[in-house]
Amino acid sequence: MNEETKKTVFDPLVDNNPVVLQILGICPALAVTTSLSTALTMAIALTFVVSMSNVFVSLIRNVIPNNIRIIVQMTIIASLVIIVDQTLQAFAFELSKRMSVFVGLIITNCIVLGRAEAFASKNPVGLSFLDGLGSGLGFGLVLILVGTIRELLGSGSLLGIPILPLVTEQGWYYPIGLMLLAPSAFFIIGLLIWALRSWKTEQVESPSYRIHQVHRHEVM
Amino acid sequence: MDAYLNLFIKAAFIENLPLTFFLGMCTFLAISKRIETAIGLGVAVIVIETITVPANNLIYQNLLKEDALAWAGLTGVDLSFLGLISYIGVIAAIVQILEMILDRFFPALYNALGIFLPLITVNCAIMGASLFMVEREYTFGESVVFGFGAGFGWALALIALAGIRERLKYSDVPAGLQGLGITFITAGLMSLGFMAFSGIQL
Repeated sequence: MNEETKKTVFDPLVDNNPVVLQILGICPALAVTTSLSTALTMAIALTFVVSMSNVFVSLIRNVIPNNIRIIVQMTIIASLVIIVDQTLQAFAFELSKRMSVFVGLIITNCIVLGRAEAFASKNPVGLSFLDGLGSGLGFGLVLILVGTIRELLGSGSLLGIPILPLVTEQGWYYPIGLMLLAPSAFFIIGLLIWALRSWKTEQVESPSYRIHQVHRHEVM
Repeated sequence: MDAYLNLFIKAAFIENLPLTFFLGMCTFLAISKRIETAIGLGVAVIVIETITVPANNLIYQNLLKEDALAWAGLTGVDLSFLGLISYIGVIAAIVQILEMILDRFFPALYNALGIFLPLITVNCAIMGASLFMVEREYTFGESVVFGFGAGFGWALALIALAGIRERLKYSDVPAGLQGLGITFITAGLMSLGFMAFSGIQL
């Protein structure tokens, strides 16, 4: 694997993570993270859609006129999402009921259109596919992390398999009910950003307003 | 009438789109730095939601639903798999038309809302409201109320967050939490607050 391909795939995982750094695509990301299985499904579905839409957009990038390109890209993305949605309904009906409207919302996910517009419409097919794969994985990584934390702390299990024995079943673990509710997802993402930025300090945003500090010797 | 009022309260407060379903988060976090812009975007979302949800309701009831094409003499046709692509098309078209109408007849309004309109096409809150409308099988009347309520709740949350963030910039936030991080924590606390509405019924 040469240097450029490696960068295209692995850059979005930590250094340039689309969710953490660019606030892209978290809309459907958080609602499906109450359990690991739904988070995993969403991660796979989104990776599929973003890499395939990148491939198709890249294939026709020299053919479509510039002024209608957004609508063509939207049609491609919507068709891919319909394929994912119908496949889920056919083979994993329970799961698709639990994901409710959030599979359909992949269409309006900013990552997908963002990558199609920013990368695939200018680059060759192979590289575009890898770029889509990288962005999808970077997004999936955050989803799976949040899903793991919420399911483990909220119901003491992972993928439905009990890990921490619950008090209701003669164990020792009191499940944290808040973890299954919406606010916890905000807190986890916020803390995740904090952790990542403490590690990679170049990602820290500069404050928009700085409090003027007066030192004692200036006053006296 | 009571049912409609209940539906409005449910859509706007109990099931607030950004704070309980995380819909429209990208714009919610990006455009909440100043109250003026937040109000502009909020109003634009209310208008678009109130128009697109009923429009998609008509499309679903009369074209896509199973046996909906009976009026054209076609029975047993189920086009609901075309839903996603139709709704996004309808939303994009309505936003475009609205932009042209505002530009032609209400230039003052266009100057205030114009820059937000293209942004709204890919806002998950708009698409999400239409998808919820289909999933919950609202009638036309309900869809009007739901669309308005959902937009109102979104705008309310956005303006509240913008208000908090305007204050927040004077506080001393740890370096790693600066900007995006603290905004998420704030949104989480607001979401906790909105949970107090759950269970309200008229």
